[in-house]
Amino acid sequence: MSFSIIGKPLPKVDAVARVTGQAIYADDMLPPRTLHCRILRSPHPHARILSIDTSAARRIPGVVAVITGADLPIKFGILPVTQDERALEHEKVRYVGDPIAAVAATDEEIAASACDAIAVEYEVLDPVMSIDAALATPKDERIQDYGGPNNIHKLVALEFGDVEGGFARADHVREDVFFFQGNTHLPMEQHSAIATYVDGKVTLWSSTQVVHYVHRALAKVLELPMNRIRVVGAAHGGGFGGKTDPFAHEIVVAKLAMMTGRPVKCTLTREEVFYAHRGRHPVLMWVRTGVTKDGRITAMHFKSALDGGAYGSYGVASTFYTGALQTVTYDIPAYRFEGCRVFTNKPPCGPKRGHGTPQPRFAIELHLEKIAHDLGLDPVDMKRRNFVKPMTRTVNWMRVTSCGLEECTARVMDASGFRTRKRRPGRGMGFAISSYLSGAGTAIYWNDMPHSEVQIKVDRGGVTAFCGAMDIGQGSDSVLAAIVAEELGLQPKDIRLVTADTDTTPIDLGSYSSRVTFMAGNAALEAARKMRALLVEAAAAKMGRPADSVRVGGGRFGDFSFEEASVLAEARFGTLTSAGSYTPPKIAGPYKGSGVGPSPAYSYSACVVDLDADQRTGLLHINKVWIAHDVGRAINPLLVEGQVEGSVYMGLGEALMEEQTFRKGLHKWPSMLEYKSPTFLDMPEIETFLVETNDPEGPYGAKEAGQGPLLPVIPAVSAAVFDALGVWIDEVPVTPEKIVEALRRQGKGEPPRYGPSRFPDIPYPKCIRVEPPPKELDLAAPAAI
Amino acid sequence: MLRLPRFKYLRPKTAREAARMAADLGPRAMFVAGGTDLFPKLKRRQFEVEALIGLDFLPRAIHRGEDETVVDAGVTLAAASADAQLRAGYPGYAEAAGLVSSPPLRNAGTIGGNLCVDTRCNYYDMTYEWRKAAGFCIKKDGDICLVAPSSPRCWAVSSSDTAPMAIALGALVMLAGPDDERELPVAALYRDDGIDYLAKQPAEVVTSLRLPASAGTRTAYVKLRRRGSIDFPIAGAAVALRLDGSTVTSCRIVLSAVASHPLEAAEAGEFMIGKRLDEESVRAAAEIAARPAKPLDNADLSHFWRKRMVRVVVEQALQHANDQKGGFEG
Ligand SMILES: Cc1cc2nc3c(=O)[nH]c(=O)nc-3n(C[C@H](O)[C@H](O)[C@H](O)COP(=O)(O)OP(=O)(O)OC[C@H]3O[C@@H](n4cnc5c(N)ncnc54)[C@H](O)[C@@H]3O)c2cc1C
Ligand code: SF4
Repeated sequence: MSFSIIGKPLPKVDAVARVTGQAIYADDMLPPRTLHCRILRSPHPHARILSIDTSAARRIPGVVAVITGADLPIKFGILPVTQDERALEHEKVRYVGDPIAAVAATDEEIAASACDAIAVEYEVLDPVMSIDAALATPKDERIQDYGGPNNIHKLVALEFGDVEGGFARADHVREDVFFFQGNTHLPMEQHSAIATYVDGKVTLWSSTQVVHYVHRALAKVLELPMNRIRVVGAAHGGGFGGKTDPFAHEIVVAKLAMMTGRPVKCTLTREEVFYAHRGRHPVLMWVRTGVTKDGRITAMHFKSALDGGAYGSYGVASTFYTGALQTVTYDIPAYRFEGCRVFTNKPPCGPKRGHGTPQPRFAIELHLEKIAHDLGLDPVDMKRRNFVKPMTRTVNWMRVTSCGLEECTARVMDASGFRTRKRRPGRGMGFAISSYLSGAGTAIYWNDMPHSEVQIKVDRGGVTAFCGAMDIGQGSDSVLAAIVAEELGLQPKDIRLVTADTDTTPIDLGSYSSRVTFMAGNAALEAARKMRALLVEAAAAKMGRPADSVRVGGGRFGDFSFEEASVLAEARFGTLTSAGSYTPPKIAGPYKGSGVGPSPAYSYSACVVDLDADQRTGLLHINKVWIAHDVGRAINPLLVEGQVEGSVYMGLGEALMEEQTFRKGLHKWPSMLEYKSPTFLDMPEIETFLVETNDPEGPYGAKEAGQGPLLPVIPAVSAAVFDALGVWIDEVPVTPEKIVEALRRQGKGEPPRYGPSRFPDIPYPKCIRVEPPPKELDLAAPAAI
Repeated sequence: MLRLPRFKYLRPKTAREAARMAADLGPRAMFVAGGTDLFPKLKRRQFEVEALIGLDFLPRAIHRGEDETVVDAGVTLAAASADAQLRAGYPGYAEAAGLVSSPPLRNAGTIGGNLCVDTRCNYYDMTYEWRKAAGFCIKKDGDICLVAPSSPRCWAVSSSDTAPMAIALGALVMLAGPDDERELPVAALYRDDGIDYLAKQPAEVVTSLRLPASAGTRTAYVKLRRRGSIDFPIAGAAVALRLDGSTVTSCRIVLSAVASHPLEAAEAGEFMIGKRLDEESVRAAAEIAARPAKPLDNADLSHFWRKRMVRVVVEQALQHANDQKGGFEG
């Protein structure tokens, strides 16, 4: 296949607007008479609200409206099974930062002082601040009134194949415990939303990743039909998963706009962004694996305990994700997974880049390194021996189609000179792999509709593509434009895009789970090919030649320019519109919980990290990172490299420093100065390799790029520290103080390790036993299961 | 977003006029130079003032004289770190200025402001809402110390990068008051108290820093922080020493970020005198220097680790000083 746009490193379609300040973010919008909203938040991690007195706040000049939970009592939440949030709480607060009341005023400062003037009486309850505390009997009362026992939110237990038999067959069995500390997304743009209420209709512009889910939540809480609400995605300054839930401030500004009849805006402060959170879950993990003496895995048993924070958010899905993808990288013939999520009095955790999978990836990669070490095997060789093969089905029913693990590994191993690395004190290299979904195979709420739809309209010589997907900076608009342009023989700049607007665009489930290129891309491809067929048919008719002789490209359809061809087609067919949609294949396995993990295709990555570790201080200097990513096909290699490098950046931040920690019930440092994230100067050189396996179902063979490459970076750092110093840091982030402590233990002849010592007793239910599918995959009969 | 409170901005034309305004307004006003420390703190309501007295009039030159170099208080950190004279004569000082925060803040922040910069504590450098939730502390609005609840005083950390170097060099500051001017050793500018950390009169303006002639003096500053930029020091060591041959004839070591004032490790400095600068003496001096350092759990990373790192930064600073030529024609 030869392409004119696909595969070319073209700049983003919105690059100029972004870098010249012309892109309009929600906070840039200031319609006449706009009111500014601030939200009063709980100062207590856990308390009952006895009374709220807003009278003093209402008396402040400039205050136009004050609302509390009584004005918005209906609960919402991203998952149908956990509708546990209120836009404003009037009965009970569950973390420092939980929203209680909101003020709309003529000035933001006035709104802030009005919030300070609201008097709230609390009955303070004992806060639950750790996984252990959540598993124990609560001193006062449970955080949520569902789930249990104690503060357990969700328990899962699944078993695939003959696990005990697998362990019995093993020559060596090893157990390890790991901990991955929570961290947050830290997007450049703080969340912002502005609402109007005109002619009985609410319009909300928001910095969201999913207009559709915000739309649903607004309809529910405001008790309005969906057709009286319009949600538009404003220019987006970064989400990374942190803007995938519907949020309190979005509902609050809509309500205040309805009450006041004026536009109402709320932009969160940086501190409030830390409270809105939905970031990486802290996860404690226990893993036991049996291997033959040459390192082939015979069975694995994996347990996770997630510290979920105060609300459900995506937590049920996150819990399943900590167990789902282990089998998609390594061929595990028998697998048991027990997962648990608890509630604690902290901001709710949710999806962050890699959703639920970086934590087990860290554990599994290091665990296998240790097993190789036990057996005296080379860890890379041993991992390689266990790689999954393309066109197979895993023991837990995940369908693997294209898989470039071998090639990714070869690329980074060769380029980094891993095998021939020079030894010097303190220098080390580490290797790790990963895999990630190209879009979740099942929707968040049950429905049979397509996951993405695209409409194309051609008139007056122009092409407009309508799609509900939201460009959150990852470049999805550029990908859509590239696909439509390729099919219609045009340039991306010729394609007008209307995206993420519930009034004008068809449905798309949004920018999360790495789904947009794959799903909206396939929908766009279908719509564009239909449009192309109309134009070709009209051109062919005029030329008096068969359709297959009409050459499309360079702005021409056979003998005609694109404009001429579109006039011919419009004359022949009437208004020129076409539509395409994408519904993922039904590939989930036959068990409860099988909806989390299946994807129409998986991306693969491999990574090598080279670092120097200071024996005395424990400080790390990352010298270089090599990363190879199987993206199926790079629709735009420049954008893919950007995603891969951004993933490495974020991965290094998590590996080395980012942590969301709490002290005395409060977030310890909700500021960009104290919450450490790497600067330019902390970034090493990155060498990126794109591997193209041409996936059978991806648009032009493309798979995801935005999340998978983050995953291997974190374990590779820890493996490199072991290579450098001979100590295991089994806990993320890998900070200098942990390294110094591990070295001290090494010096005293204790196990050279820093990490959790035990995994708690958790009342997991009895495992649901699932028969594994046949291993070989027959794509000719895909939808059969 | 966090917004600045409303305040009046006053524009005096001379240091004396500024000092008079400050004397008149008392605690209702503060000086502002680059504003890089002050403005974020105003947004977080760590200071509540009615007026800011602008110090834009402060000259911004560096004068090299026979027996001293005078740096005007208005010189920016970026200018100080790039200045050829300072880099040649007082490399440790230029280095320290260049290690403060980040490039945009060094372009605005001044060396006067850096000498007067507020002490820090991660229970205090937080928004009003956070502090209200945590419970206010004695440094602002409250009556206990959250780091050391049994202590009657505040332990906020002196976090200036250039003050320790200025002290090690034996530098003086020029102060302009409402009625007169005076000079003071930089060391005497500070008090060991997280709240009243400055010993000057509140109405006095720092107008310049006077660095004594440096021929033969070797200087070095080593700063420890988590990232390559932006971060305040979590431990730092400034060293100024002279050698006769390879024997140390004078040595001052001053630590940053381990106490509420720049902490001079006088015993360690004296220990070095008469010694050869070698691995053994450096290690021993660093050991002594680290003893009085008392980091608490109110800055980045654990205070146990920070305490251990004091030795490392002192050793490194002594070594860097040794690797260097003395100032100017030294
Ligand atoms: C993100 C961030 C990182 C930072 N990192 C560092 C760091 O690593 N190291 C470091 O040392 N500092 C750091 N700072 C603090 C600050 O930027 C510097 O200390 C800077 O030098 C302050 O100078 P300024 O002119 O901006 O002072 P201002 O903010 O204007 O004033 C600071 C204080 O000094 C007083 N003042 C200023 N000038 C005078 C004068 N001439 N006479 C009397 N009083 C005066 C003011 O009233 C105020 O109390 C950081 C700040 C931020 C926001
Ligand atoms: S050391 Fe104590 S009193 Fe001083 S700022 Fe910190 S908490 Fe407040």
